[in-house]
Amino acid sequence: MRPGKLIPAVFGLLAVSFLLLPLLVILPLAFTSSLFLIYPIPSFSLRWFDVLVTNPVWRAAIVNSLIIGIGTTILSTVLGGLASLGLREKLRFVSAPLSTLFLLPMVVPAVVLGVGLQILYARFGLSSTYLGMIIAHTVIAIPLVMVSVTNSLQGMDSRLELAAASLGAGPAATLLHVTLPLAMPGILTGAVLAFAVSLDEVVLNIFLAGPGQRTIARQMFAELRDNISPAIAAAAFLFIAGTIVLMALVLLMRRRVGGTAS
Amino acid sequence: MADFHIRLDGVTKTYGSLRVVDNLRLDIIRGEFLSLLGPSGSGKTTILMMLAGFQDASEGTIYVDGNMINDIPSHKRNMGVVFQSYALFPHMSVAQNVAFPLKMRGFGRSDIRERVERALDMVQLSTMKDRKPSQLSGGQQQRVALARALVFEPGVVLMDEPLGALDKQLREQMQLDIRELHARLGLTIVFVTHDQSEALTMSDRIAVFNKGRIEQIDTPRMIYDHPATRFVAEFIGETNLMEGEIAGREGDEAMVRLSDGCMMRVRARDGLERGAKVLVTIRPEKVELSDPPAAANSFPVTVSDTIYQGDHFRVQLQGAGQRFIARRDRRAAEWPQGARLHATFAADDCWVIAP
Ligand SMILES: Nc1ncnc2c1ncn2[C@@H]1O[C@H](COP(=O)(O)OP(=O)(O)OP(=O)(O)O)[C@@H](O)[C@H]1O
Ligand SMILES: [Mg+2]
Repeated sequence: MRPGKLIPAVFGLLAVSFLLLPLLVILPLAFTSSLFLIYPIPSFSLRWFDVLVTNPVWRAAIVNSLIIGIGTTILSTVLGGLASLGLREKLRFVSAPLSTLFLLPMVVPAVVLGVGLQILYARFGLSSTYLGMIIAHTVIAIPLVMVSVTNSLQGMDSRLELAAASLGAGPAATLLHVTLPLAMPGILTGAVLAFAVSLDEVVLNIFLAGPGQRTIARQMFAELRDNISPAIAAAAFLFIAGTIVLMALVLLMRRRVGGTAS
Repeated sequence: MADFHIRLDGVTKTYGSLRVVDNLRLDIIRGEFLSLLGPSGSGKTTILMMLAGFQDASEGTIYVDGNMINDIPSHKRNMGVVFQSYALFPHMSVAQNVAFPLKMRGFGRSDIRERVERALDMVQLSTMKDRKPSQLSGGQQQRVALARALVFEPGVVLMDEPLGALDKQLREQMQLDIRELHARLGLTIVFVTHDQSEALTMSDRIAVFNKGRIEQIDTPRMIYDHPATRFVAEFIGETNLMEGEIAGREGDEAMVRLSDGCMMRVRARDGLERGAKVLVTIRPEKVELSDPPAAANSFPVTVSDTIYQGDHFRVQLQGAGQRFIARRDRRAAEWPQGARLHATFAADDCWVIAP
């Protein structure tokens, strides 16, 4: 390899290692038989996965993560998708400020959002409820959905919708048969990102959830503070495996939709 | 009285202070093939978009079958539209694309299958019905777009430069195909193009546009032989233009004194006053070249160049104080540069327009 190619390759490798090494360090510990989160691993065991599913606290956390994650995915995909569709209309003094407003949660610190929502929820009785958690996660997931849906809408030939209208499709039929199918790759990506963000979220959960809505991420965080058990590593393993499966699923679906769309 | 299918009455489209379509009055006859021809930016697409309901007219009224349609949304106008970019749905197969308008109209399944089959037969694409648009060539995609716009039997089909992206051979084939479909189905077709030979080949009538206004609307023959304005004369085909003024009239012929003093006999038109400034136009293929001077309307000219163009020669001439172009059969004698000849213009082939 010539130096012109070697240097970027080395840098790339370093960057990837920097990102992956922490994961590679923690993941094998999921399979330890030891009581502690330390190397070397005495022997291979699945006991901590067993703990995850048998221990009522971990089990509840997994279920909570799924409930809140799925709720967030549905709500934020619907709302974010509709917002993206609506913001295609370029109304002066309306569209640009609105879209900035929707994207704001991406830059507002989670702590600020958490405090604000806590006060608001106390008023509406949403503190320590699943709905409250789902709404909070939806707020931070909507920007991600919007960015990816808007992206795929912008890549679409607007004449397709005119063509649909000329062929007799009203606005609803055009949306259903033309716009949505063509925006599907973006919608799916947005949905997966929304689920991932909800799964990963800790700060809002600390502010807004009661003991009944603790998620896996929150539970991991809590465990880290009092007893550092390898159950955390096992949870992390599930986490990462789940994410990889999701991403693979998205890639597959995109290929199927995209293959027909391009 | 002709049976008007569509009438545009004072239709105007403005963008800010720009009048893209300017107070347009246009009657489209039922069953005719009308071409909108004009240079880029003359407002042709805008007119089509207003007919299809994709854009609102700033002023004026559009009638179809005598009913005002300004406020009827596109999906209820029942007009087929063929776009330059085809606008096929990429996520649907050829058959699904063609079935789409039928599905929207609530046709039954077997009925849809039958009609789609027939429409695809018509454009000779039956064997490709399960392919995706991305798996078709440009010409095939174009034919799918055509089938899709015709399958629901709209009364009017609007086409915006549908053949623009095709190569010459395919384009000429499609021109004939579309013409034949038009004759067979008795459709009213409004066809936008900026290709004058395409308009001449295909149309019953041509509306020549310039800056949002109609310069002339007539049959291809009249547009070509009797252009109403200088713009039309120059836009359609090649032509020779000579400035002069009317020197007198003799029956159905008029005498024109050209700027260099030569006199010329032309076919007279109403309203040519003595002394009126005029332009005389004559098409290159109507210019006769000969060694000895022919009878009347003959000028001495010098050959400045002869260009071989395959099926004909293009001869550039200098005479009567200006340049001329003549078109010669390829079998005719080829004159060397500098040859002195006589150019003759038959009075019947000379057409007079306002300058
Ligand atoms: N949304 C718009 N805002 C401002 N001006 C516009 C808009 N749409 C079209 N125009 C202008 O209107 C004029 C006519 O456009 P139109 O597309 O009808 O031309 P056309 O005759 O179809 O030209 P072409 O042969 O290039 O397709 C052009 O000068 C164009 O710049
Ligand atoms: Mg155009």
